[in-house]
Amino acid sequence: MSSARDLLPILFVIAFFQLAVLQQPIPDLFNLLIGVLFVLLGLTLFIQGLEMGLFPLGESMAHAFARKGSLLWLLLFAFALGFGTTVAEPALIAIAEEAAEVASDAAFIGDTEAARDSYAFGLRMTVALSVGAAIVLGVFRILKGWPVHYIIAGGYVVVVIMTALAPEQIIGIAYDAGGVTTSTITVPLVTALGVGLASSIKGRNPMVDGFGLIAFASLTPMIFVMLYGILI
Amino acid sequence: MPGFGEFLDVALETLRDVFPIVAILLFFQFAILRKPLPNARKLLLGFVYVFAGLVLFLIGLEQALFPIGKLMASQFTAPEFVGAVPGEAVDWTDYYWVYAFAFAVGFGTTVAEPSLIAVAIKAGDLSGGAISAWGLRVAVAVGVAVGITLGVFRIIVGVPIQYFIITGYVVVVVQTFFAPKLIVPLAYDSGGVTTSTVTVPLVAALGLGLAESVPGRSPLIDGFGLIAFASLFPIMSVMAYAQLAEWRSKKPVAGEQKKEGIPHEI
Repeated sequence: MSSARDLLPILFVIAFFQLAVLQQPIPDLFNLLIGVLFVLLGLTLFIQGLEMGLFPLGESMAHAFARKGSLLWLLLFAFALGFGTTVAEPALIAIAEEAAEVASDAAFIGDTEAARDSYAFGLRMTVALSVGAAIVLGVFRILKGWPVHYIIAGGYVVVVIMTALAPEQIIGIAYDAGGVTTSTITVPLVTALGVGLASSIKGRNPMVDGFGLIAFASLTPMIFVMLYGILI
Repeated sequence: MPGFGEFLDVALETLRDVFPIVAILLFFQFAILRKPLPNARKLLLGFVYVFAGLVLFLIGLEQALFPIGKLMASQFTAPEFVGAVPGEAVDWTDYYWVYAFAFAVGFGTTVAEPSLIAVAIKAGDLSGGAISAWGLRVAVAVGVAVGITLGVFRIIVGVPIQYFIITGYVVVVVQTFFAPKLIVPLAYDSGGVTTSTVTVPLVAALGLGLAESVPGRSPLIDGFGLIAFASLFPIMSVMAYAQLAEWRSKKPVAGEQKKEGIPHEI
């Protein structure tokens, strides 16, 4: 039961701070225990399913694309995966709505429901596009064997420049947007895709070339969201 | 006990999240690659496991961890708890319990983060055990803990976020030159995987609670940014972990030489 070990730290944190620091009893202990049992069971199933379903599928598709040899379809697949998994991401929807409120407060956009909705929708599309672009770039990098750190360092420079140009209210949101885009199902799939590609191309090392897709997917949204803030 | 309606809600929501991904995979598999799925039954079962696991996981979180976590976040950031007197400025050192709580929550939630577990398993397999999945996860969790603590400090003192993040970038770039080459892409990736299902809601509650209760902060502007800290610092901590591991694997050699040199010490 390694899932029990995964949960121990957070349970300990809650118990310690609630009982020893706040000195309050734990409310609704029964419900808490039931919930923990669900989390345990869920985590165990999820990991089992990863190794049975998501990892092998991601890798077998990567191998198949490499064998097919069509760059266009591979890049389209990469884009679809990035865009499609991000556009419906609940964390992104939540952050886009809050961003619309900030923009409305700062009088960038009108103080109407319609203006906020269209702003939030535009922001979501921007982030989804940026993740699609990131996975395309990342896949292209694996094919070419470029070292990941040059691109990331270049991305950092762009982020710094954009930060100087972007309206101050959008910066915090833009920085956060990088972190929220990668969901629990996207990450294993994208990782399997990268590793599968790197291991089916001669001369690539899965460790060095296979990782890095997620890093791109968390960097480009920052740039795109700040760009959106400048343009709108 | 969670009711049936709750189950249905979470299941539908998860289905909505999973659907576009499955649709894309199936479309490319059958329309473009035109191949039957290898081991179709096992794959399907795997997907069912992933789906059922996520639903149970999310229900459990909603049921157990989030309510109490959010309640605690609001208690720790309440002005009464910190000992603030209305109208007087609060010293940043008065928030010591907030820092401790931020650190502990950052660490605890990251260790339980499913996407990090996935990446760590993959990295452990690929490196043939040279990188231990558990060690990697602890390194990432320490990074998130430090990041969130620093992010909380930033909200309290009100320094613009970009100063911290840009300094962080410089550190990452410098570290990249010294870190073992094998770890660099993995370290960059671990920045993005740390913040999803478990961490984001709790950390967001902490940030929003603080921005509301610290005088002069606006929840809309200062409440953001903790996630950014949580995705930057693991990059540093993973590279540091790899450097440390490399350094330690060299050290025994040096130690043996030393022993040979001074035999009477043994």
